[in-house]
Amino acid sequence: MHGHLTYDEFLASISGFLCSYYLAVAVMNGLFAVYQWKVNGNQRLAVVWSVVGLVCVIMGGIVSSGDAGMISYVSVPDSIKNMIDAAMMPVTYSLGTLAILFALFITREYWVKPNMAWLGLNLMLIFMGLSIADVDFAAIVMKPDNVPIVGLIFLLAFFTWLATYKAVENDRRIAQGELPLEAIDNEKVLVWPDLVYTELICMVGLTAFLLLWAIVLQAPLEEPASSVKTPNPSKAPWYFLGLQEMLVYYDPWMAGVMLPNMVVAGLMAIPYIDFNKKGNGYYTINERKFAYLTFQFGFLVLWITLIVMGTFLRGPNWNFFGFYETWDAHKVQAMNNVDLSQLFWVDLLHQPLPRPDPADPFLIKTLIIFKREVIGILGLIGYFAILPPLLAMKEKRLFQPLYRRMGLIRYMVMANLFLWMATLPIKMLARWTMDMKYFISIPEYFINF
Amino acid sequence: MPPIGEIIRNSQIWKSIFRHPAPVDRRNRIVVMLTNFFLHLHPVSAKKQGIALSYTWCMGGVTFFLFLVETVTGVLLMFYYRPTIEWAYSDILVLRDVTSLGILRELHRWGAHAMVITVWLHMYRVFLTGSYKPPREFNWVLGVILLLLTLLLSFTGYLLPWDQLAIWAITVGSNMARAAPFLGHEGPGSQLLSVGGIDMITNASDARFGLLGARFVGEETLNRFYILHCIAIPLGAALLLAIHFWRIRKDGGISSPM
Repeated sequence: MHGHLTYDEFLASISGFLCSYYLAVAVMNGLFAVYQWKVNGNQRLAVVWSVVGLVCVIMGGIVSSGDAGMISYVSVPDSIKNMIDAAMMPVTYSLGTLAILFALFITREYWVKPNMAWLGLNLMLIFMGLSIADVDFAAIVMKPDNVPIVGLIFLLAFFTWLATYKAVENDRRIAQGELPLEAIDNEKVLVWPDLVYTELICMVGLTAFLLLWAIVLQAPLEEPASSVKTPNPSKAPWYFLGLQEMLVYYDPWMAGVMLPNMVVAGLMAIPYIDFNKKGNGYYTINERKFAYLTFQFGFLVLWITLIVMGTFLRGPNWNFFGFYETWDAHKVQAMNNVDLSQLFWVDLLHQPLPRPDPADPFLIKTLIIFKREVIGILGLIGYFAILPPLLAMKEKRLFQPLYRRMGLIRYMVMANLFLWMATLPIKMLARWTMDMKYFISIPEYFINF
Repeated sequence: MPPIGEIIRNSQIWKSIFRHPAPVDRRNRIVVMLTNFFLHLHPVSAKKQGIALSYTWCMGGVTFFLFLVETVTGVLLMFYYRPTIEWAYSDILVLRDVTSLGILRELHRWGAHAMVITVWLHMYRVFLTGSYKPPREFNWVLGVILLLLTLLLSFTGYLLPWDQLAIWAITVGSNMARAAPFLGHEGPGSQLLSVGGIDMITNASDARFGLLGARFVGEETLNRFYILHCIAIPLGAALLLAIHFWRIRKDGGISSPM
């Protein structure tokens, strides 16, 4: 884990943790088997989950030996690790996550069933268990400040399941003309005891959990601060790593100032641009698909997966590293990014790039810069000012009904916020496919976009 | 002789502290919510499905509880901590190695991480149940500001241990401010703000300087972040929290199907 340990010492240091991890998974599956048997009366599933629990017990026994040969049977084989590392890049990671989430969305009626979701949880846990015997994987997952993000992934998975489970059930009921579940049996009850006891139990549970967490895991404290020793990588706190990841694609004034402000403004605007009166006070997807998908794209895809990538997969020099790859500070990645103006003037028109003379008057300089960046500037104006009306025209199915119901100003605000959000994936795609650096590059005035 | 519990509850002292009898019957369960200071944030009654744990996830409540945990542990930490370059790091070392109840900083740090996560989950739930829709639009806006304050609280606290993790995370984070349009010395348009050939926006007068109190993360920054972390932002957050809770009541309680 720390580079100073041999592999055997590393295994000895984690075998105790890993053993209790597998035993905990085993107990979980045992309890679920009992639930299936006693509550659902489903003996076949009870047997299946008991067997899974038993397998976890055996795996726990194997890892408790701390022996490298034995543990290799319960870890990801090197060949597969190398395959995963070789395949993982920002493009495969981002598009892969998007594809998986979209596939889950399409097939939500199948995977929200408790047994399918339970299978998914087991797969996640077993993937973690099999991977932790890898030094590099353990180093990124068990770093104290990274533990909350592992927790965040599981919590988000659980709550996304719970919300989707309820939404699927409600959508089915609504399709049959019934009321959503939240509207049934919804008389008023006294807050004492029905709510205050729930709150009390949550408080006690959370206190116990925090105490346990604080005892088991020491808060990180590195060497005293030194303004001359720059660590590599230098990372912002984890909740800002999505923004730091955007620095790969944007200049700081966009990634660090404009876009965060747009995110905040966009979040605040949600209640005022979502005119849909349905879906207020109950879980549903079908009644508000556009709002749901837009929010999930912004939150799960752009915010959370970028944080996960920034935390776990970005190493020295902000280079990308696979799950099982050693963070090597000497890893070299080719960076031959070009600007749109370069593509247009040099590669397409075979002309030299128009360059203003620093001695020119301000107006002349600006005109020359405008000429140089004309494609990018016109493209940007078209994107934000002309594309929204185009999308609202009759033949376009998606946005036209929105425009009809929202009116011009609200529609333009909504469309522009939407298009702002879309600039990030567009910039990513342009980078991956064309090595595009900036659509507009005006270093003279620090304006690069 | 009546049971001891009854003697205590009927004593003058008990009655003077608690303004209501034990909440064992319907009438007193209503009275307790109206007459107890801590409970009067709640309504007397609420929709059964609205307060179901599987509906609310209790994430707003959990976040508020974590805010209280952070306040209490934070006050205790302030007893042991001096925000100067000379002492900050060694005070943390002493806190870890010498002071009894040595998990104080752990509680505070993990609680802070947990609070960021629970705020997000609360927002996630509120979105997925459409609870920001009328009449609750403005409370959602307040919630977004509170989300921002939570992140800023966590960010300012990150610097205080004054270790490598702290100083460089804050350096990376605050470097953004120097690229702010017009207000940062490397931001677009900042050159336009010059009078008689003298730049108004330099690295000693821009947004980053205002945030750090210096050209780089140093003694002044530590002081500034300490005050922001312990006084300014918590006060702002407490005020907005009060309005946030008050608006829940005024906007019709926890959301439920119309």
